[in-house]
Amino acid sequence: MTTRRLSAVDRSTIAIPLIWLLALLAVPLMAVALLSVRVVADAIPPIEPLVSSAGGHWAVHASMRAYHLLGADVLYRSAFLSALVNAACTMIGCVVIGFPIALAIAQAPVARRNLYVFLAVLPFWTSFLLRAYAWIGLIRDSGPINSLLLSLGLIHDPIPMLFSPAAVWLVMVYSYLPFFVLPMYAVLESLPAELLAAAADLGARPAYAFRTVTLPLALPGLISGAVLVFIPAVGEYVIPELVGNSSTIMIGGILWEEFFQNRDWPLAAAIAIATFLLLMIPSYVLRRWLGPLGTVKQ
Amino acid sequence: MNAAKHRPLQIVTLVLGFGFLYVPIAWIIIFSFSGYVTDGGGGFPSLHWYQALRTDEELVGAAYRSLRLALLSSPISVIIGTLAGIALGRLDRFPGRAILLALLAIPIFAPEILLGFSFLMLFAALQAITGWEQGKGMMTLVIAHATLGAPIVASVVFARVLGRDRSLENAAQDLGARPLRVFVTITLPLAMPAILSGWLLAMTLSFDDVVTSSFLAGPETTTLPMAIFSSLRVGVNPEINAIGTLMLAGVAAVFTVAFLAVTIGHRAKSKRVLQE
Repeated sequence: MTTRRLSAVDRSTIAIPLIWLLALLAVPLMAVALLSVRVVADAIPPIEPLVSSAGGHWAVHASMRAYHLLGADVLYRSAFLSALVNAACTMIGCVVIGFPIALAIAQAPVARRNLYVFLAVLPFWTSFLLRAYAWIGLIRDSGPINSLLLSLGLIHDPIPMLFSPAAVWLVMVYSYLPFFVLPMYAVLESLPAELLAAAADLGARPAYAFRTVTLPLALPGLISGAVLVFIPAVGEYVIPELVGNSSTIMIGGILWEEFFQNRDWPLAAAIAIATFLLLMIPSYVLRRWLGPLGTVKQ
Repeated sequence: MNAAKHRPLQIVTLVLGFGFLYVPIAWIIIFSFSGYVTDGGGGFPSLHWYQALRTDEELVGAAYRSLRLALLSSPISVIIGTLAGIALGRLDRFPGRAILLALLAIPIFAPEILLGFSFLMLFAALQAITGWEQGKGMMTLVIAHATLGAPIVASVVFARVLGRDRSLENAAQDLGARPLRVFVTITLPLAMPAILSGWLLAMTLSFDDVVTSSFLAGPETTTLPMAIFSSLRVGVNPEINAIGTLMLAGVAAVFTVAFLAVTIGHRAKSKRVLQE
């Protein structure tokens, strides 16, 4: 397509969102980055002014204390690590459970596919807090799972499932599953049927055809779906807070605590910025497979 | 991919998969009708918790507030997101395209807590500069939710506009239609299904948000997810089951109507095509 001159309409479709997002996303993010090098004070807000003048003497209050703390304190490193491990486990769980679902929907009769996609997406539209809550009800000591096992005589004491790393993992996989199933389905559904038919005609067994035809073609969708799960999972705060225990304190929880309880805003800002940068790395490395705005590159 | 019929393995996968997805939801609904209270009274089924909900002004107030918030913020998300999606999808190159893409990617890639935090910083700075008293209130929540919803709308609209053939717009232009007229009569209507689904997504996002709201809401502006979240820290509260069941019913109603509309629309269309 040749570049034509931009009309006034074109220019406003560009300018309005650009100005809104610059003012409300870019500027505040810069402010947080700036906040991370400011000095804590016992005041409201709990930070020293960036520049002060006392008796005609100007002073700049800035320090790298927050970043030094982040690097030095083992608490923060372990919180980052546990957030990454948890996000990776969530991602693997979503791939293992979500891929067969997406494949089964894509292979279903055409008339049924829309219904299945609808059913797979419907839970996603309900409040995610509500879904986490449902699991609290199901796996708590007096919940239906333990009651059932107890009444069957399989166990004598309820199995403590709630407030554990496994509970965090379960609820996170459950909550993030639609993020994986939908892009995966979109890619699997668009694979040309002729390729599998050709493989079968040439004597490939279904398992071999799957491995050599379906899987390589589905890989970009699989990776982009996995990234769409991994990235928000790293910063997840609510689920570990509700169903985890002290061993599942993740980066989101630490940030929350530093901000609301300890009122160490520069440290909270440094954690936020460090997490953001950490997340930009995988998305940069994987940009080959990711279309803009989290869409699947075809 | 194509296959004429269900295969056993598929059926097992679908049953297990949908079972996993729907068992927790079934628990919410069933438990909401249990009249069991801690002192041992009540039975099943009962509307006990729905009645308790009716007098719980805090929860009901928060629910109305969240609904209002979603209805106020999502149209702004739709305007910003639609414009951005159309600009990106229709124009291959323009100054600021890379910046716009990067800005829209922020809410998708940045942790929610960082976003809530940065909105708080923005409003705190505005308050310090302008003496704006509304520091923590509905207004800040609307602006924040509108901003977070915009990229979702943009990505849905972008995906729809991108692959589309531009001959209709070019034809209209060749026939002398001014750019605004082309935009309103052709570009927007063609993007409408994506705009509507983006609107629903933005509304859900707003209605569901707990993290960003926690940074921005004051004591008078607790939203429903915030109320639910603080109640969950205490334990299981069957009133949440009742309000959850009502929310599920609302969502299911909206989506069943949307699903049927799409399916019937498709059938009518294919029938027309066949008749021709």
